[in-house]
Amino acid sequence: MALTVTSDEDKARRRRNIAIALALGALVVLFYVMTLVRVHP
Amino acid sequence: MANAATFQAGSRVANVGDYFALLKPRVMSLVIFTGLAGIVAAPGHIDGLTAFVALLCIAVAAGASGALNMAYDADIDRVMARTATRPIPMGHITPGEALGFGWVLSVASVTVMGLFVNLMAAALLAFTIFFYVGVYTLWLKRRTPQNIVIGGLSGALPPAIGWASVTGNLSLAPLLLVAIIFMWTPPHFWALSLWRSEDYARAGVPMMPVVRGKASTRLQILLYTVALVPLGIAPAAIGVAGPLYLACAAGIGAWFAVEAVAVYREPDAVKEPAAHRLFRVSLIYMFALFAALIVERVAQLAPLSPWL
Repeated sequence: MALTVTSDEDKARRRRNIAIALALGALVVLFYVMTLVRVHP
Repeated sequence: MANAATFQAGSRVANVGDYFALLKPRVMSLVIFTGLAGIVAAPGHIDGLTAFVALLCIAVAAGASGALNMAYDADIDRVMARTATRPIPMGHITPGEALGFGWVLSVASVTVMGLFVNLMAAALLAFTIFFYVGVYTLWLKRRTPQNIVIGGLSGALPPAIGWASVTGNLSLAPLLLVAIIFMWTPPHFWALSLWRSEDYARAGVPMMPVVRGKASTRLQILLYTVALVPLGIAPAAIGVAGPLYLACAAGIGAWFAVEAVAVYREPDAVKEPAAHRLFRVSLIYMFALFAALIVERVAQLAPLSPWL
């Protein structure tokens, strides 16, 4: 557990997490909009 | 454990770009394009949002297939010049991470397609992923020189998936588009393999020039081209496409045939200039045909025959 992460690795990990968050957020919006379209065509 | 590669010598932690590279963005662009052509060419109505979701699912599934292919073929990619800089051979991503990424995207794309588009499109999408990963990558690629011929079916299916997204079924027209890409794949890939044959031989991949020799490959490129060019014209004959498409299919098809003959007669087996030209023409041909199909449909130049 003594592994230390350099600042570059930390930044890359942060950017990966942001990319995953954006993708999940986009999916939530897509599911919401598609549901609205299907319920009230 | 999952980040073991991070601590290898010379490697670095994976960034977003590495994961994007796993999706094979250039292959994906051609798949999006032919999938869009299938959606646009199909009869009937699809609302814009559903069409967008269908195209997104096709794109994500294509990317997922690319990631799974790179996960299973990392040993091959490592020894070939063309693929040695991919994220897994570089040590930025482990094969296990690519597998997880690929399978999650595969399941997600098929599920969303089934929920929001229709089951036929979802089934075709699942079959395409299965064919590329299971049949091509895991089974045929390392075993037979017919690998890219048979495996080409998965790359040929996107127009049929796009079509099925609109109609919920298949007919002659989308299968004709599939047949065109299927016939196009061998000349396209074998042109590349003519100047990469040493690479493939070193990696132990039984590509046609490695197993049967270059002379046989040149003849087979010519034969597939002879089959492809009339097939490329056929959509205009059955009323799926109009005059713009016909002009592209005939004109660039003739150019394709000229270069295929040049490859057949190639005297320079080291640099393979004709094979380079054929490879470029094959890409232009594919883009032009499907662009013409889309433009004609959007501009309503090609009324669809009622019996299709």
